[in-house]
Amino acid sequence: MLEIKNLVVQIEDKRILNGLNLTVNKGEVAAIMGPNGSGKSTLSYVIAGKEDYEVLDGEILLDGQNLLEMEPDQRAAAGVFLAFQYPLEIPGVGTMTFLKAALNAQRKARGQDELTTPDFIKQVNAAAAKLEMPKDMLKRALNVGFSGGEKKRMEILQMALLQPSFCILDETDSGLDIDALRIVSEGVNSLRSPDRAFLVITHYQRLLNHIVPDTVHVMHGGRIVRTGGKELALELEANGYADYRESEAA
Amino acid sequence: MADVTLMKTPAETALAQAFESAKTVLPGSVESRAQAFEQFSARGLPHRRVEEFKYTDLRALLREVAPFANVPSAEEAKAALEGSKAFADVSALQVPFVNGHFVREAVDFHNLPEGLEIVPLREALANGHEWLAKLSPVPWASDNPIYQLNTSFMADGVMIRVAGAVETPVHLRFVTAAGSAVATATRVLVVVEDDASVTLLESHESTDGANHQPNDVVEMIAGDRSNVQHVRLNAEGDKTLALSTLAARIGAEVTFNSINVVAGAATSRHQVYAVLDGENTNLRVNGANLLKGSQHGDSTLVVEHNALHCESRELFKTVIDDEATGVFQGKIIVPHHAQKTDGRMMSAALLLAEGGSMNNKPELEIFADDVQCAHGATCGQLDEDLLFYLMARGLPKKEAERLLVQAFLGEAIEFVENESARDALVGTVEEWLRARA
Repeated sequence: MLEIKNLVVQIEDKRILNGLNLTVNKGEVAAIMGPNGSGKSTLSYVIAGKEDYEVLDGEILLDGQNLLEMEPDQRAAAGVFLAFQYPLEIPGVGTMTFLKAALNAQRKARGQDELTTPDFIKQVNAAAAKLEMPKDMLKRALNVGFSGGEKKRMEILQMALLQPSFCILDETDSGLDIDALRIVSEGVNSLRSPDRAFLVITHYQRLLNHIVPDTVHVMHGGRIVRTGGKELALELEANGYADYRESEAA
Repeated sequence: MADVTLMKTPAETALAQAFESAKTVLPGSVESRAQAFEQFSARGLPHRRVEEFKYTDLRALLREVAPFANVPSAEEAKAALEGSKAFADVSALQVPFVNGHFVREAVDFHNLPEGLEIVPLREALANGHEWLAKLSPVPWASDNPIYQLNTSFMADGVMIRVAGAVETPVHLRFVTAAGSAVATATRVLVVVEDDASVTLLESHESTDGANHQPNDVVEMIAGDRSNVQHVRLNAEGDKTLALSTLAARIGAEVTFNSINVVAGAATSRHQVYAVLDGENTNLRVNGANLLKGSQHGDSTLVVEHNALHCESRELFKTVIDDEATGVFQGKIIVPHHAQKTDGRMMSAALLLAEGGSMNNKPELEIFADDVQCAHGATCGQLDEDLLFYLMARGLPKKEAERLLVQAFLGEAIEFVENESARDALVGTVEEWLRARA
């Protein structure tokens, strides 16, 4: 599904990713763990297509398509979804207006008809109910005045509506209390399917108790330094990232 | 001291000649016109060394004075109004003007909504109507050269009296449809009695390709506890030089909202002069300027708090594309006796291209010591992070930009209470953005 080969990325002359290789298969939930500054968020932004990063080498293929040649909206239409670590507030843009515009833009890009308003509202309400979202959240401007937990739920709602094939969760657990973590994780788990892959980026093992990964990758110094099963997350939780830092120093 | 002979520009000479031949033909007292023109001539067309016109150099902009428009024939007026599109979906009482002349035939004076009286200005001037005494409710507006020119040349207009709650909006529809460039000068007076309420729509349209020069003044007197909703749309043609003034004297416990949306004209300057004359009044003056190409849009505002406990809010949003220029000059005056004033003024500009420019000049003149006054001005581009967020959800760049520009302007427009008028303004914004893409 997703194949990253020898990815080298810098921002303002600072090398962040150093020949990163990563493969995520269809239906797989892959977790990426790593200390602060290891390049995890950069990886998520580069996959989604943020402009600030300069890709010096390597490629990112999604189902064989070269994502690096595509604009962010084209990547979204191809199935990429990034749940932001810090979802942005957009004053003046109504949540429903935004959701409808996004959904229809993607349908249009895929050659599908636009959704009728009643169908759209039905879909949104169903998805919102699953995430236990208060209705008035949908009536407000996008993410404006939302709590941290509400913003993350809104990200998952968008994911549920847009039905992407490759989902990146960038520290979705940050800022969530226990209940919100459960709701968000359930939202993600209900979207797990043999046709969809997830890249779950997190610092902590906590999230992975709720969203159980198939594989765990450890990222350090801009590359994947170790790959294992879900038990690797527990090991990291117990020992921390010190081993990797030392190996770097040595 | 030596006599100073002022050199007149060709435009100033043309205006003087136009005034000489017009003053005896125009209705009403020659003296008041002559006095205004004398005041104007003493200083001439304002230029960039005149503080108030630093960013809108009228002397440079007005090189050639267009002839003042004649009264259109009934057919001309009818055709012009049929071609007019502003606020087309808003159900309102139509008070139309074509080429600066009130189209009397379009108003059924015997069946006006209850509480509304309308008097044509030309006749009123000729007959010395008693309401004329209410003209110029903001005396210091008479120092303004644009206002002086309007007083000198005003050919027609209406005077409207609102008594009671008038539900039907009143739409002042100005259309300049002459094939070649014309100048117009209209004056509208709206007297809103105590406890009365009215929604006043104002639209200005003109033909593309002609250097029309409209100079419109709307004056309002808002009585105590009245409610005035004023929605103005500049949809002038692409070569028009549009000058306009709103002068309002506002009583106690009034709610007064005014918005000016600029989507047309080569050059426009809209001046708002408001005096808050009674306690506990709420004033909101908003503006939304959509400028592209080499357009120049100037919003100039002076609000005088003349009573205790008044609140004023001014929010001006300017979107600048290509090499357009935006101007915002806002001044809030709070004399000694206007304690407990709460004034907030904000101008925000969004630059969509490299070549545009925005001039912001907020001023506070505060003499009272127990007031809250704030002003702010921002200039910026669309937020790259927001654009990325929207694009990451599948919105193509242009669409993401459109959504963000709409949101930016929406803040100024959302206060319009009349839903269909607000929809019309949103539609104007959408049309402008579509034309850009």
